[in-house]
Formats: sequence, C-alpha cells, structure tokens
Amino acid sequence: MPDLLEVSGLTKRFGGLVAVRDMHFTIAPGEILGLIGPNGSGKSTVMKLIMGIERPNAGSVRIDGVEVAGLASHQIARMGVGIVFQHSRPLHRQTVLENIKLALLPDSLLRLFTASHIEDRARAIAARVHLDHVIDRLPGTLPFADLRRLELARAVARNPKVVLVDEPFAGLTSTEVADFSNLIASFRAEGHAVLLVDHNVRGVAALVDQVLAMYLGERIAEGSAEQVMRDEKVRQVYLGGAIQAASRPAPPSGGRTTLLDVENLSVFYGKAQALDGVSLSVGVGECVSVVGLNGAGKTTLFNTISGLVPASGAVKFDGKDLRGRTPAQIARAGIVQCPESRELFGDMSVRENLDLGGQHLSRANSTRQLEWLLDLFPILKSRHGQAARTLSGGEQQMLAIARALMMQPRLLILDEPTLGLAPVILEQLSKALETLRQTTDITVLLGEQNVTFALPHADRVYVLEHARFIWEGTPERFAIEAGAQFL
Amino acid sequence: MSGNTKTFGLALIVVVALACLPFGVSGYVLGLLTLAYYFGVFAMSWDLLFGFAGEVNFGPSFLIGVGAYTAGLLNHYPHWPIWACVVTGAVASVIAGLMLAVPALRLRGPYFGLVTLVAVLLLQNLIVLYAGITGGEIGLDLPDVLSIDEANNYWIALCFMSVSGACLFGLSRSAVGLILQASGQDAVQAAALGFNVTKHKLAAFCVSALFSGLAGAMLIFYEGTASPGTVVDIAVGVQVIIAAVLGGRRTILGAALGAIFLIVAGEILRPLGQLSTFVVSAVALLVILFFPGGFLGLLSRSGRG
Repeated sequence: MPDLLEVSGLTKRFGGLVAVRDMHFTIAPGEILGLIGPNGSGKSTVMKLIMGIERPNAGSVRIDGVEVAGLASHQIARMGVGIVFQHSRPLHRQTVLENIKLALLPDSLLRLFTASHIEDRARAIAARVHLDHVIDRLPGTLPFADLRRLELARAVARNPKVVLVDEPFAGLTSTEVADFSNLIASFRAEGHAVLLVDHNVRGVAALVDQVLAMYLGERIAEGSAEQVMRDEKVRQVYLGGAIQAASRPAPPSGGRTTLLDVENLSVFYGKAQALDGVSLSVGVGECVSVVGLNGAGKTTLFNTISGLVPASGAVKFDGKDLRGRTPAQIARAGIVQCPESRELFGDMSVRENLDLGGQHLSRANSTRQLEWLLDLFPILKSRHGQAARTLSGGEQQMLAIARALMMQPRLLILDEPTLGLAPVILEQLSKALETLRQTTDITVLLGEQNVTFALPHADRVYVLEHARFIWEGTPERFAIEAGAQFL
Repeated sequence: MSGNTKTFGLALIVVVALACLPFGVSGYVLGLLTLAYYFGVFAMSWDLLFGFAGEVNFGPSFLIGVGAYTAGLLNHYPHWPIWACVVTGAVASVIAGLMLAVPALRLRGPYFGLVTLVAVLLLQNLIVLYAGITGGEIGLDLPDVLSIDEANNYWIALCFMSVSGACLFGLSRSAVGLILQASGQDAVQAAALGFNVTKHKLAAFCVSALFSGLAGAMLIFYEGTASPGTVVDIAVGVQVIIAAVLGGRRTILGAALGAIFLIVAGEILRPLGQLSTFVVSAVALLVILFFPGGFLGLLSRSGRG
C-alpha cells in the first residue's frame, strides 16, 4: 500500500537557527509513528510544517501522494490532515455538539443552515470518543480529559487520512491514558496514518509501530520502541553517557539551616493540575536539582516560589511566609529566577542588561559584581556593546544567568538553562556553574530535563513527574534508582 | 435553537411596541429615537466584526462616511433618486472596505485596528480638502429627504434597524457565524479544521461595511445634510464602539440597545450642559470595567442565576 504521509528533505530555519534539518520519514495506512525528542529538538515544528502552520524552507510533504508543502493550513486540512493540539481551545459559548458540528461544516460563505446529516454525524463522533453523555454541556463545565476528547473529536471529524497528535497523554490520569490509547489504536485499525509527538519513548512505547528520535532539529535514531530505547545516541541525549556526580564534602556541624521551605504546594491551570502537594527544602549554600520531563511541573514550581503563579500551600523563605508578597518584593528579598525563556531585553546591549540587574546596588558594589561576573563569563566581556538579541543561544543563556547574579541573589533559580543549546555550549555553561558552586556560597535551585547537566551540579536531586515528586536523593543514588525513568 | 427562537420572539414584541410609539409620544422624542436606530445599525455592524471575527475596527465611521458621502454627492450633483443613492453608497462602502481590509488583514495584532483608524483621518481630510465639492466642515445640503413627517421617518428607521438586526443576528447564529467565531477566537485552530480564515473575516468585513454604508446613507437623507461631524468624525466612531461594548459583545442585538441608551441618556442629561457627555462616558466606563459582558451579559447572567 502506498504511504499516506511522506516527508522528505524537510527543513525549517528561523533566522539563523535551523529548527528542522533534512527530516524524512513515511507513515503507511494503519501505522502509528512516534516522533520523540527533548524540549527544543524541533519535533513540534515538524508537526506544524506538515499542517502548514509554518512554511518549510525546503523539502516535500506528500499526503496520499499529493504534494502539500507550502500550501495554507486550511488547504492541507482539506486534503485530509487532522491535528490534535496540546491545548484545547473550544468555543466556550457553544455546546459540545455545536463544537463538533463546527468541524464538519463546509468552508462556504453561503451555507447558512446546518444540514441534518451533519448533526447525525456529530452525534456519532461524540459517541465514539465517549462524549455522548455531556453532548449538550458547555466546554467550560467539562473535566480536563473530556476537553481533550473534544479536541480529538474535532480533529478526526472529517475522517482525515493523517492524524497528528501533540503530546497525547499530557495531563491525563492513568485510566484516561488507557482510554486514549484505545481510541488512538482504533484510528490505526481504521487505516489512518497517525503521528504521535511526545517527549520520551516510554510514554508512547506501547502504542507506536515505529519511533523516530530527534535532537537539535535532526533525526538521531529510528526503529521500534525497544531499538530506539537501546540506541546509544538516544541514551546520550537523554541520560548523557555515564551519569557522573561531583559531590562536595558535606557541610560541617551536621546539616544546613533551611533557606527555602516549600510545603504541600498545589496549582491548577483551569482544570489541569500542574502541581500536586509538592514539598521541598533547600538549605543555605546548597545546590538542589529538580529533574523532570517537560510538562512535569518544574516551571510552575519555580513560578510559584517567585510569586508569579497563585497556589495553595506554603512557601517560606528564611523563615518568613511569602504569601501575599508581589513578585517584585520576593525578588528583592533575594529569590531571583532565571526563567526558561531567558527574558532578556533584546534591543539593549549586554552591558545595559547587566546594569539593569544591578540597578539597586551601590555604584562601587555594582562595579565589583560586574567585574566578577565578566571573569566568570569571559565571553560577555567581548560582547558587552552588542544587542542581546544578536547573541547566540548559549551566550544569551550566560547573559541571563549573569544578569540574575547581578542582583546578588540569596537563592538563584535556574529554569532549564540548557534548553536548545548545543553540547559544546553545555560544557562551557557547566564549567561556569561549577566555578560558581566551588568559589561562592550561593544557593541554587536548578530545574532540568537534561539529567547529565543537572546531576554534577547537585547536592540533592528531586524527580518531578506528573505534578508530583516521585523520588528524592543524592546524585550518586540517582543512576541506580531513578535513571530508567528518563528514556 | 430554542434560545434563538425565544430571542427572536422577544425582539419582535419589542419592535411592535416601539412601532406604536408615534401614537403616544412627542415628535421630539421620535426624532431622538430615529437617530438612535441608525446608530443601532452602526453598532450592530461593528459587533459582527469585533465580537465574531475578533477584529477591532477603530474606524467604523470610515465605512459609514464613505456610504453617506457617496450617497450625498450623487444626490447633490446628478440628483439621483434617494434609493439609487443609498444603494450606490452601500456598494461604495463595501468596495472601500475591501480596499482597506485586503491589505490590512495581512497584519497581525493591533495593526489592523490602527489601519482602520488612519483611514478615518484620511477620509476626513479629503472631505475638508475638497470643501468646494463636499461642503467641507459645514456639510453638504441634500435636495431630497426621506420624509418630512416625523412619524414616517421614525417608522422607516425602526423598520431599517429591525431588518438589519434580523439579518446580522441571523448571520451570527448561522453555520457561517459559527465558523467566523472560531476564526476570531483561534485562527490557527480554525485553519487546521479546514476553514479559510481570511476569506471568512473578509466576508464579515464586507457585511459590516454593507450595513454601515446603508445606515450612513439613510441617516443623511433623514437629516437632510451630510457633515463630517455626524458621519465621519473619530468621535462618531468612538460612540459606535462604546455603544456596542456597552450593550454586550458578541450579542449583535445588545449593540442596538447600547446605541439607544447612549443617545437617549445623552439627551436626558442635556440640561447638565457639557457635563452630560462626561456623565454618559463615566457610566459607559463603569459598565465596561465592571461588567465587560455589557447590558445583555448582565441580563443573561441574572436570568441564569
């Protein structure tokens, strides 16, 4: 049988960054391909290129033999591609039934009335994804899993040849995951070609026929789920060769004074639970890593500590409850977060970005701090007049960390500093962090999905999965007890 | 569907009640309401764009003004009959709207709104620059008027508003309206469902321009004169926007309600002099700040509660 989806030579550049380079794969009717890769690897871009949400710079995408690369999104949808977005955004004033009907309407300006067969078809689709009991309710009153079902229903409403699913199981409980797996498997049984995009093999292993692993825009492995999990390159990307730990001697006089104490934090985004009763403590001068895959809740945890996201539970810093403080007050109190997205002022120079960080310091103090930082990150010295926007990804990350350090934090929170960085940059960043850790008594809370990077810099490690801590311990024990979680 | 039928029934009762007004109230009140009904159509047309297509048109008076001045000039110079002037005015408004929207809809974010705002300024400048032809700031006299009888004028306006309202409301609740709403809320997702988002938004813009142009042209034949202060000025557009938001976004009918409220309240408070505008604006501000759903939003909330 001819392949329903054929991708070859697909390339996408954003400015100087190559997000996807020369991708090629095929999906036959009744086949499920899992496209996996860590955060920033380009897998979502591949999906957007197929759907026409982004236009490829080069390459070909064929649906059932017809070239669609470069067409507009709605044209590609008409050729038989359906997509399940990770976030469902239904029409909130319309019922579930009307939302499904929408997906079945013809793209015509003249069809004012809905044909009766559309209504019947919409009911049939609702029954198929088990939404029939809530068909007349508004989306706002539905639980999270039902919203995902609605999203799924709309994507397959027009019986597309190719179904793209972005993170099929994010935010679902294990029974719901089983339910969704059955639904997706039923698409395969009907001869659809299915592309599942996810972070790790483990999540989709039971469902997929083939797996393709991506890293930094390129494919690094392909084969069955077992083959990919055993693949040396994949293991390196996810785990790094051998996990190494460089622990410091324990501080004298047994135990540290607690600097940050987080108790029983829970956070909801609408109906999705992002944190579920999370507790953590960080001692003065301690470096603690929180590792977990994308979507596990790391950023939410940090944003909660920084006062950016409301939560139930308690955050105590230096013995004082932070409840009711604004993010600015918390930052001044000494908790400085260096966010995943870096948030540099792109049109300002490197020096101006750093000066902004040191705004509240005395002039002498600021100069001293700046000199120290430029020693720590020598590359910033040679770039000091350049606009932050024009720096490479690695340089931007160093600048973001340096700017955070200009504020002389008592607790530095680093959220995914390695996101989208090439290995050689990782090494430089790693060295800088190690110097920081060995020469100062700074307290660091580091969030990472890159275990290789997180472990050497940690005194203690927490593993976050599906909004909960599932493991806590020293880096030495991590490889033995928790390493397998990360493939 | 039953909700729509109920709304239609309720609206019908209100229209019948309003149609009886000329037998009981003074010509002064009728004149006020006549003006309010034309404003109601402006506001409803605007809500179709903002509430459903999700595009903020900061220059509704561009579409209104093109319709009004096209009709006015055709009546003033070649003495075309009123109906021909009104129809041509509406068509001109759609064409001008398309010329504006085709390039502007390519822009993202606030730029669409800014383009529409600049268009109003351009139109106003043109009218003033060619004052010899257009009458400039003072206005353009029209040889013809719709009617000299206040009651007739009132019924024409009420009838026009009712028919326009029924068309726009019906459209917003139709299959096409559903697609339009999806395009306005999430263009990427609507496109992924196979809908040509630009096409639907353009169509909405044309419909909005058609009714705005019609209403603008009718209004000047009611007043007997066309002037920038009544159909082009930015302030007119701002009033239309306030009326629509005040009445309730995404309700169409609420926009007419908001327009009637604005005009009637402005008149009742006239003894306050300059203060009246201030008070009406303050009320509008409070409603928008604390009840962003507008009048109809409030009604439906209390109805459900």
